[in-house]
Amino acid sequence: MSRKVLAIVESAYRATLEEQDDPVLWLTHALKGAGADIDVLLRGAAVSYGARGQDASGLAFGTRAQTQPPQLERDLASLAGKGAKVYLLKEDAATRGLRPDEVAPGLELIGRDAIPALFRQFDHIWHW
Amino acid sequence: MSLAQNKTLTFVLNDPPYENARTTTALRLVGAALRKGYDVNVFAYEGAVALPFAKQAPHANAVHGNDAAAEDHPNTKDWVAALLAEAGRLGRKLDWINCGLCVDERGVAEAIAGTRRGSPADLWQFVGKSDNTLVIPTK
Repeated sequence: MSRKVLAIVESAYRATLEEQDDPVLWLTHALKGAGADIDVLLRGAAVSYGARGQDASGLAFGTRAQTQPPQLERDLASLAGKGAKVYLLKEDAATRGLRPDEVAPGLELIGRDAIPALFRQFDHIWHW
Repeated sequence: MSLAQNKTLTFVLNDPPYENARTTTALRLVGAALRKGYDVNVFAYEGAVALPFAKQAPHANAVHGNDAAAEDHPNTKDWVAALLAEAGRLGRKLDWINCGLCVDERGVAEAIAGTRRGSPADLWQFVGKSDNTLVIPTK
């Protein structure tokens, strides 16, 4: 099977503290492990996943501490390490004050005008 | 209307039951695809694994002045069961897989007959064997 998928992640920080990762990035990792040819485009609030130096540690309820907080920067880097391209929508990053030099290495900023050409490279566009 | 014989669609559902209109819309799309002659795969991810949870129970509705029988509330497990039955009547296939890890963390392992437990690898198999795949995400 050769189907190429672009997963667009827009909903951000949804259940990340409960799941200790982003559920769509987790699924993307799992699909990659199952042989999927899948890349990721972060847009909307999810561009913040590409910010360097995030720290979600410190959550505790009573004596129950979260010892494995989500590390989205690590998860994106590891996805890129598996051969997936991770794009980040430039305009959405700028709107949120995320400068190019604050974006984690290995992620590719892409402008809105390049999206149609990007879409043409894929068989499926999954908008999460 | 032409029937799409031997064609297959895959739906990825994300939303839990009783939260928003996307669930009803998704199940209506599944039903429409079956009636148009498609075989249908469903990969239920995250909260959607509760859609076929067998322990859902109908309840009375005091605001409507109805007891449980009069209210006749179809739980989502009943809708899923009805779609599975309709697929059988139409000679089509509805293959419903619940993400196993999502099931475990929600404690909804008791699913209705006709659905099964699976993993993202099953989703990728679905994708490879389908004419198209539609993700209906939660927000």
